[in-house]
Amino acid sequence: MDTYALLLAATLNAGTILAIAGLGLLINERAGVVNLGAEGMMLVAAIAGFATAVQTGNDWLAFGAGALAGAVMAAAFGVLVIWLNTNQYATGLALSLFGSGFSAFVGIRYTQERLGPRPHHAIPGLADIPFIGPALFRQHPMVYLAIVLTAAIAWFLYRSRAGLVLRAVGESPESAHALGYPVRRIRLLAVTCGGALCGVAGAYLSVIYTPLWVEGMVAGKGWIALALTTFATWRPSRVLLGAYLFGGVTMLQFHLQGQGVAISSQLLTMLPYLATIAVLVLISRNPAWIRANMPASLGKPFFPGG
Amino acid sequence: MMTSTRRSLLRGTALGSIAFAAALAGCSKKDESAPQAASAPEAAASAAAAPAPAASGALKIAFVYVGPVGDGGWSYAHDNARKALEKELGDKVKTSFVESVPESADAERVFRDLAAQGNTLVFGTSFGYMEPMLKVAADNKAVRFEHATGYKTLDNLRTYDSRTYEGAYMAGVVAGGMTKSNVLGVVGSIPIPEVIRNIDSYTLGAQSVNPKVKVRVVWVNEWFNPPKETEGAQSLIDGGADVLLQNTDSSAVLQTAEKNGKYAFGWDSDMTHYGPKAHLASAAINWGPYYIQAAKDALGGTWKTGKSWWGVKEGAIDLVSISDKVPAELKAKVDKVKAGLKDGSFSIWKGPIKDNTGKEVLKEGAVADDAFLGGIKFFVAGVDAPVPGAK
Repeated sequence: MDTYALLLAATLNAGTILAIAGLGLLINERAGVVNLGAEGMMLVAAIAGFATAVQTGNDWLAFGAGALAGAVMAAAFGVLVIWLNTNQYATGLALSLFGSGFSAFVGIRYTQERLGPRPHHAIPGLADIPFIGPALFRQHPMVYLAIVLTAAIAWFLYRSRAGLVLRAVGESPESAHALGYPVRRIRLLAVTCGGALCGVAGAYLSVIYTPLWVEGMVAGKGWIALALTTFATWRPSRVLLGAYLFGGVTMLQFHLQGQGVAISSQLLTMLPYLATIAVLVLISRNPAWIRANMPASLGKPFFPGG
Repeated sequence: MMTSTRRSLLRGTALGSIAFAAALAGCSKKDESAPQAASAPEAAASAAAAPAPAASGALKIAFVYVGPVGDGGWSYAHDNARKALEKELGDKVKTSFVESVPESADAERVFRDLAAQGNTLVFGTSFGYMEPMLKVAADNKAVRFEHATGYKTLDNLRTYDSRTYEGAYMAGVVAGGMTKSNVLGVVGSIPIPEVIRNIDSYTLGAQSVNPKVKVRVVWVNEWFNPPKETEGAQSLIDGGADVLLQNTDSSAVLQTAEKNGKYAFGWDSDMTHYGPKAHLASAAINWGPYYIQAAKDALGGTWKTGKSWWGVKEGAIDLVSISDKVPAELKAKVDKVKAGLKDGSFSIWKGPIKDNTGKEVLKEGAVADDAFLGGIKFFVAGVDAPVPGAK
């Protein structure tokens, strides 16, 4: 029984990284910009966060540094694709490769560093409830923040005027432009916010989750987050659920292996991607679903007056 | 970097663009490693001056690493040995290295470059370099090649390895004595004989002091993926394991144990400082003695092909930095094993040994030879897991 509580706890923890990064990418994509640089942004944020945590000993400053690093990289990407109209996919890949090289370079001297004792968290009272306590209430605050963030982004996108404008920019930048909205600035803002969230996820990975810094440590989580936005058909709540699902699959396969159950971990490793392909096939076959979800101008450059 | 695993695994990816990214990530390694290879001062050496052993002053020795030197584990251990070699032989040798070389077509190019730059002794420190090294060695007869953990040789290509399982056994002795739950956990990398042998030896070591011990195993299917290593370690701890060992390349498992107040070991290198409270000991490989011997062979003209498998006896593997938390009597047991391995009076793989399906694999009194050890594909009794892919 207790093992399952811990399994659930580990799943929430693993899903949090994917959820935060995925929500960031969702904001980009809702504004019509695909940023394939998630892996690179997370790596740079991971070293920025780790270095800050080592220097200051303050985890929250580290998350801030991670967010800043992610935002700066995303803003650079944004200027390239939004104003200079470079190809979004190629530029995103370049950002990813740059990020992995750059983070390795600046991180050389931090590979031997380690952080002080990692904090333990427990919500007084609730943490002592049998099963539910260890499963849900002994998490890092970031785990709860991810849930709050999901609700906030869902509210923003579907209930606020600014969210409506953001979605309009992603659906039909020409119309938004005709209505007088600054399409390019809105896109840049969305991309920067998305980068900041990827950055928080990267810093959480190196400061709390793993916690260490080595070159290439994000090890594909950025790509899973990208797949996640598609899997979730660009809905915040589904991003969160998908993140827990992907995180849960990983933790479950380790759990089963540990129990001596013969299970092909290779098969489970590719499940997130298989699931994403399945969703892509489904929504591509059903025009109504695409229209309902996928931002119509996703990945397309916008030329004002052109 | 996505492909920075010891044996590059191309991830199965969903989106075409993601697969494309992986391919590009592979390419970027090439760009990263190229300047390092070229920036070595040797670049000045004219390619026409064909490598002639001991012709001009210092012996030029090159090392090729699969990971970054800063991985704190596998490649780090090799680089420490390179430094030891320089220290020992001083002016007689001149070393250089290329790090993060993927096990792909890039590796062949790097080895060719190093041969062309006039290196006369070249070490390739990962299993996946086998085919590229065979090709390059066949084309560069004057250059001696040394391949770690491989099994194919040529007249100018020989192999060397460390008996890491001896370190795993000694770690097992400590783990068996320190566990309270009698459940040990191992985070495995890739289910090849080398790793399975280490897990088995760890189990045998633990059983030698505590017959009740059970060993659980999770596989991450990569040599280097810190988040996955963390997740694997966490699930073992959640499942009741209180002492962990890993056969992966980073210190993530040790740090996860530290975070959870459990015990763990360092692997390949001394990892004490990554988790001072969790760290019980490190099974550290010391490639130094072998590198020094190989360089001396090359300098003295006595280098010839062969296969070396060095262990505690030759000083190639040791259990170091045993924590103060380990009681003296347990330490004494480790010392006894160490002494026995050193003088040959003790064998880890001595029958009767049964696999975990109950089949006897080694008869009473029989001692396993290297061929047997090289082909271990079963878990010994006490390992609470099936071998992946086994029927």
